[in-house]
Amino acid sequence: MRMKHLVVFIGGLLFGFGLAFGGMAKQEIVLSFLQLKDLGLLLLLGGSAFVTALTINLAPKVLKRPFLGGEFKRRKRTLSKRTIIGAIIFGVGWGISGQCPGSAWASLGVGNTPVIIGIASMFIGAYVMGRFFT
Amino acid sequence: MFPLGIFPYIVGGILIGIGVSFIYIITGLHATQSSFFSTTLSYFSKRPYFQQKQYLNSRRWRITFAVGVILGALVYTLTLSPEGFFTTTVQWWRLALGGLLVGFGTRLSKGCTSGHGISGLASLSTTSLYAVVTFLVVGILTAMIVQALGVIP
Repeated sequence: MRMKHLVVFIGGLLFGFGLAFGGMAKQEIVLSFLQLKDLGLLLLLGGSAFVTALTINLAPKVLKRPFLGGEFKRRKRTLSKRTIIGAIIFGVGWGISGQCPGSAWASLGVGNTPVIIGIASMFIGAYVMGRFFT
Repeated sequence: MFPLGIFPYIVGGILIGIGVSFIYIITGLHATQSSFFSTTLSYFSKRPYFQQKQYLNSRRWRITFAVGVILGALVYTLTLSPEGFFTTTVQWWRLALGGLLVGFGTRLSKGCTSGHGISGLASLSTTSLYAVVTFLVVGILTAMIVQALGVIP
């Protein structure tokens, strides 16, 4: 259990370091992508998805199971109207603010304190979804 | 197309991929982001949605993960960052309104740029591919409209 948390923490460190290194803790850079002035975000997203794809698709061929037990599973989600409507609403929020959940945490790490407003709002949005739309 | 060069984006993306991969190989967990909001709300709301077994089972490691992300960005700021700490100039109402929609939308869609964009695409999920294309297109249109309305920054 402790080992699991240590591993998740180290992975989180890399995730946050990578986000900040790639400029994602700056809403200005995310917005400049969404205004198609700087397409770098696509490289970052594509690069991380590519590395992860290698791992998810090759790990089960090399290892029987994860080192700490359990099994290797793909991330599966069933397509529904909610998938797409949710993605539309997320896209509008992303385009208005340049924030997404991971980059919001990284923003705190670079001292970008106004994003606390965004994180508090994300909690409210997630609560409203879970309270009234399930 | 790349006024800041491609180096930070490529390196940042690879580091994120290594972080997610490290967690996956050792624990089998998909280290994604937006579920954090629902799993953490399970500490405060007794509603059945928030008390789902999978939320209760993952709420602790998701907090650990979020703390790691914050500290990872802090380590970057204190070491390699050329300019140190950064504060956005994007107006507070944009952060607030955008945040509301991001929290609502990602939970309705069951994924964000991380869950659908990284782990979902890496799992070769067509559901995630549809979600990613949707939020990319809508995000671009929205940012263009906001800019055209003269909202700067």
